[in-house]
Amino acid sequence: MGYLDKQFNNSNVIVTSLDNLLNWARLSSIWQMQFGLACCAIEMMAAAASHYDFDRFGVIPRATPRQSDVMIVAGTVTLKMATRIKRLYDQMAEPRYVISMGSCSNCGGPYWEHGYHVLKGVDRVVPVDVYVPGCPPRPEALMEGLIKLQEKIRSESVVKKTA
Amino acid sequence: MFETDIPKFKTSTGRSLRNEEMIINMGPQHPSTHGVLRLELVVDGEIVIEVIPHIGYLHRCFEKHCEAMTNYQQVIPYCDRMDYVAAMNMEYSYVLGVERLLGIQVPERVEHIRVIMLELQRIASHLIALGTYGLDVGAFTPFLFMFRDRERILDLFETTCGARLLYNYIWVGGVSHDLPPGFIDKAKAFCKYFRPKIKEYNDLLSFNDIFIKRTANVGVLPADVAIAYGSSGPMLRGSGVNWDLRRDDPYSIYNRFQWEVEVGKGEMGTVGDCWDRYMVRMREMEQSANIIEQALEQMPEGDVQAAVPKRIRPNTGDLYVRTESARGEIGFYIVSDGSASPYRVKARSPSFVNLSVLPEICRGAMIADVVAIAGSTDIVLGEVDR
Amino acid sequence: MTPQQISEKLKAQFSDRIREVKTEGVPDPSVKVAPEAIGEIAKFLRDDADLRFDYLMCLSGVDLGKNLLGVVYNLSSMTHRHKITVKVEVPVENPVMPSVSSVWPTANWHEREAFDLFGIRFTGHPDLRRILLPDDWDGHPLRKDYKVPEFYRGMKVPY
Repeated sequence: MGYLDKQFNNSNVIVTSLDNLLNWARLSSIWQMQFGLACCAIEMMAAAASHYDFDRFGVIPRATPRQSDVMIVAGTVTLKMATRIKRLYDQMAEPRYVISMGSCSNCGGPYWEHGYHVLKGVDRVVPVDVYVPGCPPRPEALMEGLIKLQEKIRSESVVKKTA
Repeated sequence: MFETDIPKFKTSTGRSLRNEEMIINMGPQHPSTHGVLRLELVVDGEIVIEVIPHIGYLHRCFEKHCEAMTNYQQVIPYCDRMDYVAAMNMEYSYVLGVERLLGIQVPERVEHIRVIMLELQRIASHLIALGTYGLDVGAFTPFLFMFRDRERILDLFETTCGARLLYNYIWVGGVSHDLPPGFIDKAKAFCKYFRPKIKEYNDLLSFNDIFIKRTANVGVLPADVAIAYGSSGPMLRGSGVNWDLRRDDPYSIYNRFQWEVEVGKGEMGTVGDCWDRYMVRMREMEQSANIIEQALEQMPEGDVQAAVPKRIRPNTGDLYVRTESARGEIGFYIVSDGSASPYRVKARSPSFVNLSVLPEICRGAMIADVVAIAGSTDIVLGEVDR
Repeated sequence: MTPQQISEKLKAQFSDRIREVKTEGVPDPSVKVAPEAIGEIAKFLRDDADLRFDYLMCLSGVDLGKNLLGVVYNLSSMTHRHKITVKVEVPVENPVMPSVSSVWPTANWHEREAFDLFGIRFTGHPDLRRILLPDDWDGHPLRKDYKVPEFYRGMKVPY
């Protein structure tokens, strides 16, 4: 909204930088890969449902990693699943982002001490951009994580490579 | 059965084509498998010959944690996280087992509060099950409507104990917080609001022609196979078996309320098909609303923490306790060695046992039917893998 | 039928294979039997007209200490509405016992889980392989003397 509503004084001509334009386009339509693992998946579904609508941010769930921009790892990552997560992350096309939702994917969560089959944090297999704490995080917390991701995208540049 | 049903294609010169079987992998990341479940399908064209489920992608070592915890109360948050969709039911089953081992009796007010929470949780869990089932079959609107109504139940839970999904509310000997002021009126208002919604869902989805075509006569589970495979809950009742643990293996104060056990009758197809299981869940929500209203009427006064013991140290012994969760019979086998922490806790989850029936009922179905059948078993992978 | 009557009937049929009966003073009455006989006892429990235990509620493995592994069968009857628990003990050096998956098909997955987490091998099981842990996992985690591995396929396991 802020970019566009003040710019139409000179008969439909906007002057902006390429970085701003690309970043605005990317952050307004972050398509997420439907990747709910455990309890946080229910809160992610609740965030995508009508009460805490995700669609107004341009986020729609896609079934396949090849058409999605962000992978929200919602839930506990086990060792058996970790190899598959790496494979799915590799299948995503760049620019790609990862939001780690919930304690379990941030750091192992309640299972950190005695879980022999739990991976203590998904950042041991994929690089993470935003961590959302909570067990499970409220849908509003997930939305704040999404907005932080949008701020991160806004500061990217085509010329300077940032990860 | 398959060889004669599939037509043998011939070219115009009379050469017949070779058929071969294929292995197709569904999952663990799949939009329709309700979690991290991997199904290995052996197919001949579109017809499925065999389904091999692979689980364990969410094995979070619940049983090892129980042994490592320093006391019995610390296990309750882990019980929540097994069946995260119906967390109150999981907690209650474990707490009932510990209370039976200790031999304590909870006050009347606690029993009423627990029944109200359990039945509200049952409605919330069925709303998710039916909403995502509609999503699997291709209907998006019921999902949004059901989640809207579920938010009202989560508001009730949030005013009571502060959490939306995983509560740690039912404690050994009582509950963690008493009902806040105004809860009874809000809960009554919810029940009044909710009953017409069931009619709305039936108009939207249940008697829709396309939905009936997708689910009737699909995935028929005969009653004797269901009992032999240990199914329970709506899986078993959808096959026509009139068995509900709240009435047949009684616990708590369910015998004081008037309610019916819903059983599948094969109205749209065969007894035990997906439509029957779906309809059993839909009708159970209405029965739960009945129970909640009666429990709210009869709510006595009292202290909810009166019977909470200071130290939990049961005698040496073992016990199997089972209750009726939204998905079926949830059982805990608890072994105590006389110390403050459990020696062995085994969780017998309904989804684990219901999922083992899947290879039997998917033979001969099409790949799209496998999605419908897996959705109708209503599994939650957290409790399958524990 | 009361647990006392059920154990009497079992003792009458399988006198020398019943190790111990505990029906008084315990939360759950139980019968301990010899491991080799569990297959026949299971069939008798399911098929006898008075007992008719057609529903296996739960099958759990237990590490009993003292170099013993146990398996506990919680049975119930939907026709007669009674319950019984059957227990079996095997030594940890050679934990082999017959499978009951031909009697109650639900035991198929439960026995796979007991094999996975405890290492108890069930003879006559159609498909005994790991169910919850990956196929190349070492060891049986729910035994009391289990040590958590340091690495699994390059990923660090402890915190």
